[in-house]
Amino acid sequence: MATTPNNTAAAKPATKEGFVYLPLIAGWLVPGAGHFLLGKWGRGALIAASILGMFVMGIAMQGKIYSGAHDILDILGLAGDLGNGLLYFASRVFGFGADQVQVTTADYGTRFIVVAGLLNVIAAVDAHNLRTGRKA
Amino acid sequence: MTHFTAVLLFALFASVVFGITQRDTPQKMVRYGIYCFVLFAGSAIALSWVMFLIAR
Repeated sequence: MATTPNNTAAAKPATKEGFVYLPLIAGWLVPGAGHFLLGKWGRGALIAASILGMFVMGIAMQGKIYSGAHDILDILGLAGDLGNGLLYFASRVFGFGADQVQVTTADYGTRFIVVAGLLNVIAAVDAHNLRTGRKA
Repeated sequence: MTHFTAVLLFALFASVVFGITQRDTPQKMVRYGIYCFVLFAGSAIALSWVMFLIAR
């Protein structure tokens, strides 16, 4: 039986409406939020748990939060940290993380925080691709 | 927390995100996630042995 144009339009998923960059921005600001907006609850929960876990472990290991860029490595570290979205800004406001790396594990912690930010950017782009239909 | 525990947790978190973002279906996501985890952890163990042998 043929489907009428009205039925086809009604069958469109609700995620195709609204601001196209919302999952990307939400996913950047809050880990997993982009997937939550698209109804991908399982994927969003796993992403949120992974990124939050990695970020919290980095803080717990007294990792450094980059606050300025003095050389090229600082710029790269700051770019990675900024990928954490609101977690980064909250850390700056509440003073989480260390200013200087003083113990061995703090160096690992710094990398954990940077990589958590980079993974969050990947996840936010994935949410954008889901939103635009580039990915199923 | 030991260094090896940190490596395993790093590999776990990164593999979960890689699996979800780089594949389309749940089955492929799990397989790719396990593949990434084995590569992360395996390469860390292999490089550790290389450094141990160089340092002798």
